[in-house]
Amino acid sequence: MAERTYLQAISDGLRQEMQHDKRVFVIGEDVGVYGGAFKVTLGFQEEFGPWRVIDAPLSETAIVGGCTGAAIMGLRPVAEMQFSDFISCAWDQLVTVAAKQRWRAGTPVPITVRLPSGGGFSGGPFHSQNPESSFAHIPGLKIVCPATPGDAKGLLVSAIQDPNPVLYFEHKHLYRRIKAEVPDERYTTPFGQARVHREGDDITLVTWGAMVWTADEAAQELEGDGVSVEILDLRTLIPWDKKAVLESVRKTSKAVVLHEDTHTGGFGGEIAATIAEEAFEDLDAPVKRIAAPDTPVPFSPALEKAFIPQVEDVVAGVRELADY
Amino acid sequence: MAIAREAEPVGSLQEVKEAGLDREDLLAVYRNMLITRGIEERGHILYKQGKIPGSFYTGRGNEAAAVGVATAMDDVDVGTPLHRDMGVHVTRGVEPWRIFAQYMGRADGPTKGKDGNVHMADSRLGLLAMVSHLPAMLPVAVGCALAFRIREEKRVAVGWFGEGASARGDTHEGMNLAGVRKLPVVFICDNNQWAYSTPTYLEYATEHVADRAEAYGFDGVVVDGTDVLAVYREARRAIEKARAGGGPTLIECLTLRMEGHAVHDDAFYVPKDMFERWAASDPIERFRSWLREHAELGDQEEDEITSAVKKLLNDALTRAEESPLPDPSTLTDGVFATPEDLDTPHHK
Repeated sequence: MAERTYLQAISDGLRQEMQHDKRVFVIGEDVGVYGGAFKVTLGFQEEFGPWRVIDAPLSETAIVGGCTGAAIMGLRPVAEMQFSDFISCAWDQLVTVAAKQRWRAGTPVPITVRLPSGGGFSGGPFHSQNPESSFAHIPGLKIVCPATPGDAKGLLVSAIQDPNPVLYFEHKHLYRRIKAEVPDERYTTPFGQARVHREGDDITLVTWGAMVWTADEAAQELEGDGVSVEILDLRTLIPWDKKAVLESVRKTSKAVVLHEDTHTGGFGGEIAATIAEEAFEDLDAPVKRIAAPDTPVPFSPALEKAFIPQVEDVVAGVRELADY
Repeated sequence: MAIAREAEPVGSLQEVKEAGLDREDLLAVYRNMLITRGIEERGHILYKQGKIPGSFYTGRGNEAAAVGVATAMDDVDVGTPLHRDMGVHVTRGVEPWRIFAQYMGRADGPTKGKDGNVHMADSRLGLLAMVSHLPAMLPVAVGCALAFRIREEKRVAVGWFGEGASARGDTHEGMNLAGVRKLPVVFICDNNQWAYSTPTYLEYATEHVADRAEAYGFDGVVVDGTDVLAVYREARRAIEKARAGGGPTLIECLTLRMEGHAVHDDAFYVPKDMFERWAASDPIERFRSWLREHAELGDQEEDEITSAVKKLLNDALTRAEESPLPDPSTLTDGVFATPEDLDTPHHK
């Protein structure tokens, strides 16, 4: 075990998987000589050579389409989108080709797309988005959103070994801020198993990614008011751990879903609907959603603070639910 | 002004032998062209009988381009043929009854009823199934070539697109990446002159689509797509060049789409004399005449081939009609792959 940042854990996981499985290669913009915009692949090209750490032209379509072809030929590509926002340029390749190929043509497409996502540092409308729900709606894609260094490593290894296209959302605001003890050896973290980040009795708070830490701070504050919050970190949205969510809701009778993505059509709606459908009799209050408002992500810190759910927003929301 | 090289027609049997085809190969090419057209003609009848749901697309006029390129590929090579390229599936060995089953949405079609038309492929034969968003499979073909380059395998990927799809960004990104990395890929443009109802001069402003190759750092060749031997020779050269590490080639096969975009379209917008001109250069008739003149194809042998193809297709049709419709319970099968699905030669 060693203390690793979230970013170091991603890098460790990727490096170990490349050492473990020679079919794995990395392709993206500036991933080679420069080591990636966030330095996740720093030193990789020296270790693995220019044909396993490939600097691509500014061509998201060719990167994801190229990964699809290489995967069908038996390799395990890991594509890096410099920012998750740029995945829009590869939408067609992911959604039209990769997601549907197994179902309609019987050809698995084992690719991993790394997506540095999220806001909190004035990245503005094009460097801060959380587009996970857009892809959660597409049958055939898996969605991973780690919150801790340990999960960042284990879920990345699982993503690379998964026989499907996996979108791996790594939250930029966690990169250097979150540290933890991470096992040195290679390991996998299974998809579809939520993590109980914090146990509690009064309210179930379901979230993922950076919002786990916002929820954590809010829960500590609420504890002082006598409100006990159970935080479930979903880890993966497709598949998502319905069982763990419903079990927790049956225990607490109240649920709030929190995400950094915008409100309408966000994945929180799916979770809220499922709780309403399957645990209605166990609820003592309507399921609450806390999410960003339905606007693009703003640039100015004053506006961005108003956009991204803050600890005080979560405290206020949970308190409201507790008082219901 | 044209930049791409304009390929000469193939003349003698000797020239063909030098290009690697013996007489038996030539007859196989002829047979595959007949099967290709026969499948689509029977498909048309099936459609009119109401046995094919949705729409129906053919590649009439493109048989030489498709069969010529596929004949030039080795078994280890892979390709992403499109909806005018039935001849590629036929040449690679897809059984015609499976194609009829696919047309009719039956359980024994390659996609088991999940997709229709020529949206199919047998991956064991090195083919990848197309999508409607043309030319989305072009970057995928480039990715196959990237895998061959990474593993240092002597294999080549062939990516097809039409002159209409040449206007989309995937074409640029795919060709640019392939050019930059000198990947073993051959791009085949089926230029049938009509993107649905849009003529070439509203699709691109150069004389040829293949003129673009120079901008990507590789060779462009324009070939008469109704001349199966010229197509074969140019495809073979390009594939072997790619296999030897010489990088990509863009081959533009000039043809005419001899029918509408799909079965509902009577192609009223195509000038009549254009159809007449190209009908005089029908790829199958053209090759038949060549075989008679240069390869001693006589009446008896020709009849034997024609009857064998007819029987093959009639039997195929009967077998396909016996194939059941897919069980609705299979709808949700295979949305996600399982680790066992990776148990294929590609993934070893």
